[in-house]
Amino acid sequence: MTAGTSPRPSAAAPEVKLPAQGPTSLWADAWRRLLRNRAAVVGMCFIGFMLFVAIFADLLAPYPYWQQDVANQFQPPSQEHLFGTDHLGRDVLSRLIYGARVSMAVGFIVQGIIVVIGVPVGAAAGYFGGKLDQILMRFVDIMYSFPDLLLIIIVMTALRAATGRDDVGGILWLLARADDLFGGLLGVFIALGLTSWLTVARLVRGQVLSLKEREFIEAARAVGAGHFRIIRAHLVPNTLAPIIVAVTFGIPGAILTEAALSFIGLGVKPPMPSWGLMILDGYRAMRAYPHLLLFPAAALSLTVLSYNFFGDGLRDALDPWMKQ
Amino acid sequence: MWKYALRRILLLIPTLLAVYTLVFILFHLTPGGPWDRERPVPQTVQEYLNAKYGLDKPLWEQYVNYLVGVVTRFDLGPSYKYTHLTVRDIIFQFFPNSIQVGLIAMAVAVTLGVTLGVLSAIRQNTLLDYTLMFFAIFGATVPTFVVGPLLVWLVILTLGVGLPTGGWGTPRHLILPVITLALGPMAILARYTRSSMLEVIRADYIRTARAKGLPDRLVIIRHALKNALIPVVTVAGVILAVVITGSFYVEFIFSIPGIGQYFVTSVSNRDYPVLIGVSLLFATVIAVMNLIVDLTYGFLDPRIRYQ
Repeated sequence: MTAGTSPRPSAAAPEVKLPAQGPTSLWADAWRRLLRNRAAVVGMCFIGFMLFVAIFADLLAPYPYWQQDVANQFQPPSQEHLFGTDHLGRDVLSRLIYGARVSMAVGFIVQGIIVVIGVPVGAAAGYFGGKLDQILMRFVDIMYSFPDLLLIIIVMTALRAATGRDDVGGILWLLARADDLFGGLLGVFIALGLTSWLTVARLVRGQVLSLKEREFIEAARAVGAGHFRIIRAHLVPNTLAPIIVAVTFGIPGAILTEAALSFIGLGVKPPMPSWGLMILDGYRAMRAYPHLLLFPAAALSLTVLSYNFFGDGLRDALDPWMKQ
Repeated sequence: MWKYALRRILLLIPTLLAVYTLVFILFHLTPGGPWDRERPVPQTVQEYLNAKYGLDKPLWEQYVNYLVGVVTRFDLGPSYKYTHLTVRDIIFQFFPNSIQVGLIAMAVAVTLGVTLGVLSAIRQNTLLDYTLMFFAIFGATVPTFVVGPLLVWLVILTLGVGLPTGGWGTPRHLILPVITLALGPMAILARYTRSSMLEVIRADYIRTARAKGLPDRLVIIRHALKNALIPVVTVAGVILAVVITGSFYVEFIFSIPGIGQYFVTSVSNRDYPVLIGVSLLFATVIAVMNLIVDLTYGFLDPRIRYQ
């Protein structure tokens, strides 16, 4: 994997006939290999379905997720409520649909934050080395000796304590109002983003370390490319494949972490639905109403499973040499 | 090797110091304090409590005092919430329970995970292999807070098996929590064992062993498994640390009096000493496990040399 672009037929030799399938770029090859992996395709379809549900939640949900109906608590699945109702008489299907939006948003936005922080830091550390690199690696060592979830719990509680009071002002007040607007999700984004970019930074650093000694970087330097250009145009594009794989596996990780936080009351703020919160409610009511547990548990499990099958397939497709 | 081990142990000091500093700063920077309650505590009482626990002193003094107490007397401080207990009491009383569940779960996970991994590898690309690996992905991805409630629903409520749904004391109380906690590590270990076995059984010395006419079973167990287990051991060590420090959800679902519960309640109660004490404990467990893993690695594979 040395280039991300396809070799083009040169204009000087128009006679050369290309194979019928046209030029094969790295990405086209990877795509073909991915489609041959049945589990990955099934996973991809389910993820597509969940994204569709998340985007069009407002149109698909039969009821508002917050609408309570105290006369109809704990209804079993019926025609009016396909998946039944919960302890406040809210429609379970609607809450699952909006829960999909929460989960997908968490997965994608957290990974976005991680890439935005992790890639530049990792690339700079690997390329320039020296002090920056040492500080980063020491920091990584320290963070790795701390259980992820516990660190996130601490950061989350600190954030909630900082923004949860009425007498705060300035930036904290702004943060608190924005957090309310997103139903408590802003805090989740920040806590997860701040604690998990290190893995991507380390990955990119390792890739850059091994790439920067290669001939094509030397060639770029020889023709006068600056540091920034070499990193942006030559090094980062060549680390894309492992970054994409890491992000694909990171999305279900973030989804699970949000669910875990919501399960202990540190995630979304009610009435915002979250699959984790619904699993907690279902766990409390499962003796009499197991459907309250089973539906959200199935939604969460199937989604993270799909991402893992898709990620497995993607890894094999992007790096055919790894699977021997 | 001893030099290497010593250097790693010395490296533990700055790591723990950093964890302490991080937790200390994070919690003292945020507004509010340990005496925030639904009904506000009177000003005079707050002042009295602050004086009693040294919270009225400047921050740097609090930082140093606590550190000195930990280093010289192994005094992790009192709990603000459970006033009759010190942090050391809490750790000694509840951490063994977490270790017990963790170790049993890990023993189950290693035994079953390695067995299933080997089975999967020697029957590669059969229905058995596919089925096992499908369940391995399932076990490795679905978290304990989903597995636990589902198990209770399936085993107790649906199949009607007479097991307690929670509590502590008899071996029967351990069955469901151990299964819940063991499932993930078991799946991960099975996957590792399988891929490592597949690599090893293609090696020349395995062909030699077969050519000598040794029975299959002997070749697999005595020759292949021995080498295939090296990467598995390292993963198992890291997972053990994660299992012991991360059993909070299992403790919550099955009402087990473990340290994880105290950790999470200490966060919301802003019980600083408990929080810092348990953080330091967890960081130590993880760092020590990592060290043991690295040393075992060299012991199992003589080709590795430490510098």
